[in-house]
Amino acid sequence: MTKLLEVSGLTAHYGDFQALFGVDMQVEEGETVAIIGSNGAGKSTFLRTLTGLRPSKGQEIRFCGQQIAGLPADQIHKLGLAMVPEGRRLFRSLSVEENLLIGAAGKRKGPWDLKKIYDLFPDLVAKRNNPGTALSGGQQQMVAIGRALMSNPSLLLCDEISLGLAPKVIKDIYEAVPMIRAQGTSILVVEQDVSQALAVADRIYCFMEGRVSLTGTPDSLSKEQIANAYFGIGEAA
Amino acid sequence: MTMIAQTGAAPRLQTSLSVIILGATLAALATAPMWAGRAELRLLMEALSYLALAQMWNLLAGYTGLVSVGQQAFVGLGGYMFFGLAIFGGMGVLPALGLAAVGTAIIAIPTGWLAFRLNGAYFAIGTWVIAEVFRLGMAQVGSLGGGSGISLPVDVARSLADGRAEREMAMYYIAFAIGVASVALVWGLLRSRWGLAMTAIRDSELAAETVGVSTRRLKFMIYVLTAGFTALAGGFLFLQKLRITPDAAFSVNDWTAFVIFIVVIGGIGTIEGPIIGTVLFFALRQVAADWGTWYLMLMGVIAISVMLVDKRGIWGRIESLTGWHLLPVKRTLD
Repeated sequence: MTKLLEVSGLTAHYGDFQALFGVDMQVEEGETVAIIGSNGAGKSTFLRTLTGLRPSKGQEIRFCGQQIAGLPADQIHKLGLAMVPEGRRLFRSLSVEENLLIGAAGKRKGPWDLKKIYDLFPDLVAKRNNPGTALSGGQQQMVAIGRALMSNPSLLLCDEISLGLAPKVIKDIYEAVPMIRAQGTSILVVEQDVSQALAVADRIYCFMEGRVSLTGTPDSLSKEQIANAYFGIGEAA
Repeated sequence: MTMIAQTGAAPRLQTSLSVIILGATLAALATAPMWAGRAELRLLMEALSYLALAQMWNLLAGYTGLVSVGQQAFVGLGGYMFFGLAIFGGMGVLPALGLAAVGTAIIAIPTGWLAFRLNGAYFAIGTWVIAEVFRLGMAQVGSLGGGSGISLPVDVARSLADGRAEREMAMYYIAFAIGVASVALVWGLLRSRWGLAMTAIRDSELAAETVGVSTRRLKFMIYVLTAGFTALAGGFLFLQKLRITPDAAFSVNDWTAFVIFIVVIGGIGTIEGPIIGTVLFFALRQVAADWGTWYLMLMGVIAISVMLVDKRGIWGRIESLTGWHLLPVKRTLD
């Protein structure tokens, strides 16, 4: 397998506050990797730094072998790194289909098109002309994922896609992950919901206070190890 | 070309109503020199210029979120450049107006470079400061009259037409062209592939970035474009006044505060909003201009009331209640 994403020693600051302290991470082609961690562990900051939404000049982020640190967000997106942002953030004046189509503006070649997205999320077909914001939370999340997939990314980053959704809806959304992967798209999910993350991921990284506190395959890690790495205490959860 | 259908079919009645309203307005404006007196024509000219200023400020603030309180910089630069080109360059009115617009757009590149280092409220204050620098700087230019300003030689205005009536008519059609072109420009832009990206930025800048919209480049382009068009309106406004001074040219009240009022009460982020706002602003001015400072207070009360009732403005409210678009925007990706 070839390396898709290689991050070494990544740091991030908000003014005087340091949010990330030298994070290393790798994602191989075809892999599903999950980042777990509690609120404020630096997960979203990590994704935002990767995608160019936060400054990353002078850092070491390689995507498909190319150094992407410091590139503007739109150029990183063109290289095939797309993100489903936290909170979905659909374009409220656009219809479901327009929300999807705007994702394809970069015209990257690949397996994903409108038909494939509707196959993946059949619920959206009947809503295609509705405003994106007139949908249920789960359907909005489907549009947000579809919008990111429409750019045919090599690596799809999902920021807390289960946030604020009912357990049944979360299950539906996560059922799409293996199907996305079957199209050859690698996935990096950020989750607070540990069980979902363990269920879909080949490998997990646990973040705590801006550092990677644990990494491994779901099978190789015990509950205690994860609880310790997640909360910083031995016997919790 | 991928065309994206407008969401939901607009009821036929609304479409017919739109065509009738737009057609009647255009016909009335196009024939104004035949039915309007001199005073009304002058008022219409001013209103059409304000419509252009409002469309440009709305394009900038309503679609790209760049809230500038320094658009007077470009009105003033447009005015001064027009005077300079006409007086010292010996150019005719139309080429001088066009060149003043292009020249101002070019100046907007370095000023934008500076202002774009600032965000949000700092950007707003930054644009104001830049405008003040131009005002103070222009007062130092002796050949353009310094602080006391300069008048446009009679020959320049005469070059438009010989007789007074013909001249006024020519002036009116310039204003008509500027006003209509400003609406057409925004409409055309929103229907182009930039339109979808601009709408996306308006809805959520962060999400626009995550789908690969080059928000910075697009915003800069819009900033420069609106500077040029604002200068065109500015050049014309001072052609109408025949005299320019730094205080009048770079007035934050006249060229930005009133314009923001127009856009905010009409409906920010819509093409129709500035049109409605302009009509209301001039109607209000006709009624209340003699009331002195009460008039300004009334304007403030109206603006605050509209914000409290519905911050989308009058057209925003109508649109959300009826789904009606006077100028529908069919979006395209190519």
